[in-house]
Amino acid sequence: MPAFVSSRLFWIGALTVIVALVLPTYVSGYVLGLLTVAYYTAVFAMSWDLLFGFAGEVNFGPTFLIGVGAYTAGILDAHYSPGLSIWICIAAGALAAVVGGVILALPALRVSGPYFGLTTLVAVLMLQNFIVVAAGLTGGEIGLAVPDVISIDAKTNYWIALGFMLVSGAILFGLSRSAIGLILQASGQDKIQAGALGFNVTKHKLAAFVVSAFFSGLAGALMVFYMGTASVSTFVDVGVGVQIIIAAVLGGRRTVIGAAIGAIFLIGMGELLRPLGELATLIVSVIALLVILFFPDGFLGIIRGGAKA
Amino acid sequence: MLFWQILIDGFAISALYALGATGFTLIFGVSGVLNLSHGAIMVGAAVAAWAAAGEFGTGPYMGALIGILAGLVLAFATYFIAVRPIQRSRAIAESEKEIFILTATLLWGIIIQEAIAYLFTNNAKTVLPIVEGVTTVFGVRTPRNEYFTAVICWVAIGLLWFLVNRTRRGKSVMAASMNPRGVTLLGIELSSIYLTVWAIYGLLAGVAGILLGMFLGVSSYSVGPLTASAFSIVVLGGLGSVSGSLIAAYVVGYLETGTAYLISPAYRTIPALLLLVVVMYLRPQGLFGRR
Repeated sequence: MPAFVSSRLFWIGALTVIVALVLPTYVSGYVLGLLTVAYYTAVFAMSWDLLFGFAGEVNFGPTFLIGVGAYTAGILDAHYSPGLSIWICIAAGALAAVVGGVILALPALRVSGPYFGLTTLVAVLMLQNFIVVAAGLTGGEIGLAVPDVISIDAKTNYWIALGFMLVSGAILFGLSRSAIGLILQASGQDKIQAGALGFNVTKHKLAAFVVSAFFSGLAGALMVFYMGTASVSTFVDVGVGVQIIIAAVLGGRRTVIGAAIGAIFLIGMGELLRPLGELATLIVSVIALLVILFFPDGFLGIIRGGAKA
Repeated sequence: MLFWQILIDGFAISALYALGATGFTLIFGVSGVLNLSHGAIMVGAAVAAWAAAGEFGTGPYMGALIGILAGLVLAFATYFIAVRPIQRSRAIAESEKEIFILTATLLWGIIIQEAIAYLFTNNAKTVLPIVEGVTTVFGVRTPRNEYFTAVICWVAIGLLWFLVNRTRRGKSVMAASMNPRGVTLLGIELSSIYLTVWAIYGLLAGVAGILLGMFLGVSSYSVGPLTASAFSIVVLGGLGSVSGSLIAAYVVGYLETGTAYLISPAYRTIPALLLLVVVMYLRPQGLFGRR
């Protein structure tokens, strides 16, 4: 049965990738731009899923890591362009996010559950306050204009985002299915027992934070150079973090791939319902609530349920 | 002058924070639920009061009553739509119910927020104050409404104390927060206790929301910050400890007011956040929490 499930999932996955690959030939630049954002959001959600779904850490602050990565890359570029290549800025952003991840991991090793959740929330609020107060450096509430972009061609941006999502998805998925993923899952469910079995819980949790932070920061930095601006409302705001959490839970926790599906679904639905104006978010939230109440395993759970029957 | 200003303003704000956080902490203490739609319920009650008093012309008293009713209805809706189905679900593992309730109440809060924005727009709304005019105490001119807010908050908190410590129903609620199994063994239906707690919560959140609407005004944008501030006050004081939340509300309220007057309004929330981080590191269970 598991082989059948995974093969069915594999075919659905392969089909989706093929559709994504041939899409640029048929759709407009606008749709591609939308999907580009959706793919980066998918990476945010997958990184979050690694931390929550596997390590069991209630992280309300995915945007802390994203924001640190995005703003580090953006500020470096805004101040040293054109002397500094944007790829160096992006690498620096990812690195800064990893440092942020380690900082965020420190309280996680001491406190748990709602207490840790609040710490992450506070981290986001502090970053947000810092960005607004240090407006000279960060552009403040108006946002930071970045002089360089990766490309102005919608197709090139689309390919980069798609490739990035597939590669990071493959790495995160592989990691979650490896021994490390299992140990993380064990320590998330029962920390003491996992430790008693001889696994170094602290080391593994720290590793999960570093990996999650690396991909969040990298995706954030890439997205800055796609959009050409960094602003609090797109990268740091608690609302953005909420979207990411909803995407991961909606797609199916502990699956990594589900998180990506959820993110693309959320962005796509938001766009489809845009003509309805204010009602769009309302409808998306209602759908998300219904899925969580009636299909707690998310979209992937629905697909798998179908496979079982 | 400045000292009295900070003392008076800080007192009113803190009283409001305390009232908002009390209901939140009560729900957590009794049923272990962190209700992330808290801000939305407060704003919902305030907007209902605003709409009734202003748009439909019922006057401030009737408006406040309708607002409290709206808070009550929203609290029960939260319980029946976003909390109880998950608590009773067999498909969700016990260890994961916490995150499901968090996500569900978060979504429910967004739904309320968007419904308010759709029906009444995003504009800030100030509820018609029941008490008007200004008064001067210690050379500080303050709207009378500010004193009114502080008094009502403390009356409500006092009533809650009376209910929990002096009535039979309240005592069983208190017992449930200490040992739910013990309460069931004494023949008290746990689900009816939950209903009582959510009713109390709805009343408190409703009153707090309306007072906030009279004092500072609300809009659908205040939903997130309201939830976050209640959450941080409650954690600072110790989850589930009502007296801890009251003290924490005053600490946060005065820190914010003091910073706003003495340094700059732009830095208003930063010292409170720093304090929160320090407390989380040194004393994770909060100032007065028991674990």
